[in-house]
Amino acid sequence: MINFNKFYKLFNLISLSLVVASVLLLFFKGLNFGVDFKGGTLIELRSNDKNINVTSLRQSFNKMKLGDFNIKKFGNENDFLIKIEKKDTSANAIEVIKKDLTSSLGSSFNFRRVENVGPKVSSELLKSGIIAIALSLAAMLFYIWIRFEWQFSLGAILALFHDVIITLGLFSLFSLEINLSIVAAVLTIVGYSMNDTVVIYDRVRENLRKFSDIKIYELTNISINETLSRTIITSATTLLALVSIYLFGGEILKGFSLAMIMGVVFGTYSSIYIANPILVKLRVSQKTILKEDTE
Amino acid sequence: MLYFSKLRITLVSLVSIFFIFIAASNFQNPEDSFISKKINLGLDLQGGSYLLLEIDNEPVEIQKLQNTTTVIRNFLKDKKISFNDLRIEDKKIIFNIPSDNIELVQSFFLDKEGDINPYYFQYKSHQFDVNIQDNEFTLTLSKYGLIEIKTSSQDQAIEIVRRRVDEVGTNEPNILKRGNNRILVELPGLDDPMRIKSLLGKTANLTFRFVTQNNNDTFGTEMLQFEDGTSEAMVSKRIILNGENLLDAQPQMNNQTNETVVSFTLDRVGAKRFGKATSTGIGKQLAIVLDGKIVSAPVIRDTIASGNGQISGNFTFQSATDLALLLRSGALPAPLNIIEERTVGPDLGQDSINAGVIALMIGFLLVIIFMFVKYRIFGLIANITLLINLFFLVGILTLFEATLTLPGIAGIILTVGMAVDANVLIFERIKEECKKEKNNIIAFDTGYVKSKTAIIDANITTLIAAVILFFMGSGPVKGFSVTLAVGIFTTLFSVYFIARMLTGLYVVRNKEKTELI
Repeated sequence: MINFNKFYKLFNLISLSLVVASVLLLFFKGLNFGVDFKGGTLIELRSNDKNINVTSLRQSFNKMKLGDFNIKKFGNENDFLIKIEKKDTSANAIEVIKKDLTSSLGSSFNFRRVENVGPKVSSELLKSGIIAIALSLAAMLFYIWIRFEWQFSLGAILALFHDVIITLGLFSLFSLEINLSIVAAVLTIVGYSMNDTVVIYDRVRENLRKFSDIKIYELTNISINETLSRTIITSATTLLALVSIYLFGGEILKGFSLAMIMGVVFGTYSSIYIANPILVKLRVSQKTILKEDTE
Repeated sequence: MLYFSKLRITLVSLVSIFFIFIAASNFQNPEDSFISKKINLGLDLQGGSYLLLEIDNEPVEIQKLQNTTTVIRNFLKDKKISFNDLRIEDKKIIFNIPSDNIELVQSFFLDKEGDINPYYFQYKSHQFDVNIQDNEFTLTLSKYGLIEIKTSSQDQAIEIVRRRVDEVGTNEPNILKRGNNRILVELPGLDDPMRIKSLLGKTANLTFRFVTQNNNDTFGTEMLQFEDGTSEAMVSKRIILNGENLLDAQPQMNNQTNETVVSFTLDRVGAKRFGKATSTGIGKQLAIVLDGKIVSAPVIRDTIASGNGQISGNFTFQSATDLALLLRSGALPAPLNIIEERTVGPDLGQDSINAGVIALMIGFLLVIIFMFVKYRIFGLIANITLLINLFFLVGILTLFEATLTLPGIAGIILTVGMAVDANVLIFERIKEECKKEKNNIIAFDTGYVKSKTAIIDANITTLIAAVILFFMGSGPVKGFSVTLAVGIFTTLFSVYFIARMLTGLYVVRNKEKTELI
């Protein structure tokens, strides 16, 4: 048996500082929103001409006077991703870019993907993304409250906040792009982290019923240990699947799978080191559970 | 307890085989496949264009206010009620009525049966809200009056959009209403939506009007630019003909001038009016105005009574074809703006499919190797279950003809990773029970019973996330939530019916074995 409970304090401190650091990052550095949420134009370009590189593309786009833009390689050597901040949704904006590009660099281009999001749509998407995440947190809070007691519900939700905030903090730190699929990833993290917490909580509840003389501090440790191999195996298989998406699933899914990988790691950690210490702090005992049974 | 009836074994096997067939039918030719259903590929996988159009209802509102103003003027004149200062100001119709008639006029405007301010019984509201202060009447479009305008212009617009898209002849377009002022157009397989975008970007409001030098034209005049932007001309506001009088329009080569023109045919009313205008207006210039710009303004040389005519204007064959198409499909009630566009080329779509399939296969392989190493025979059972689970998942998506997107494929891979969770929970529990319980069968059974609540709670939380994502997410992300949610159900089914049966059969045969798992 591993004594997880010995490190409750230490890891709580670490988590707390990570959360504070993430909040500060989110506050001062902010998130790197993609065109989905900021509006603008995204073009994925493949060139058949080896001489074309980021520099030559940047020069040609400079000439077009489209305002702020950003060009980077996307996956392989000949693929480029261009993001233009200008919110020009006029019908021929893309056509003009195509024409200008052809006249300055030749016609060996293939526009593989074009996304053009107007300011109204992007702000709506951002709003519905935030609502979705808030709604899912609220739904989880409510569900655990029904299935367990409020102490459990609070512990689970704090663990969720921890995971979501740290994942977003890392996205801010590394300036990774936030787009629609990241919102999907965050929601899935919420589901996954909850899933992990629930399994341990289920065991805590069962043990509370079984042993009246063991303190919650010990009891959480027993429960964590009893479910430990499951926790490890499930995290491992989920991570195997996610790493496979990250490595082989193509460029578009990279951000999504990366967010999920972070989320699974933090979700697993938080179900042990956030969700359980909260139960200890809230002095959960057999009484908490018995009340539920007699009701 | 651990007895599985022959009937149950047969049923479970049959269901599994059924779904394997359905899942497999995706990879066969439609003709020789078992059922004719297939998973739809999302635009991000098959390539195509997604356009979200917003109707700019401002002109429609203004038009409505202008028409209503005219109606009110005629109505009051008809009733011989004096009024003054009838005007539109800041989207309000304002007029003054002498004190003695205020109540009478008010009763007209609040009459539920009357035509002057229609009453919507379903909304319990008039078209206009009426506000009276002293002698001044102020009419503003009510909330429901605005909704009526929006829905009716959306209904008309979607019809015109459909006609235009159909005329271009793309492959199975999908045209849907979104809210009450938006239209979603999905065009699978179209990698360059330029032409459709330019066709949808035009209102195509066509009018024939005389060019005039006379400022005192009774209908008023306006200066309009020529299409090519080189010059402008003064044009009467009197409309001789508009696009509604057109029966047909086609691009054509004019044999004499070797120029591409658009020839048109008018309906009977149109032909009559056109004949009259051309007979009285010989020598005058007739401006052909499209969306506020003059396409051309030929001089009338002869009376045209046949109802056939030509529009020339430096067209290329393509632009003549497009103009003819626009004229045939009719004018939009209001301008459309493209507020969101997403286009994926077919080769990127194919690359995404390939990458997704490779990731799925590698992910699957890694997971089954891991499970086999960890649990041996039970791992094998979990793996068989996982494979059948995949067939269930793909089979159900096929049955519902769901749309598979790239995030949807990610959802399937994620399901592979998370689906073993339920089996792991059960196996670990059985392991624990085996330490306390000598009888393998009882240990096996308690393992299943005791792990149940954890499995259900754990899956419901993921399901909640998926459902919220389904309702809040858009496009490709929606596809992810669908595979995730369906994956939860197929996982639970395969774990409780297939894995349980297989493990049960194994345990019964190895009752005496000391190291069961």
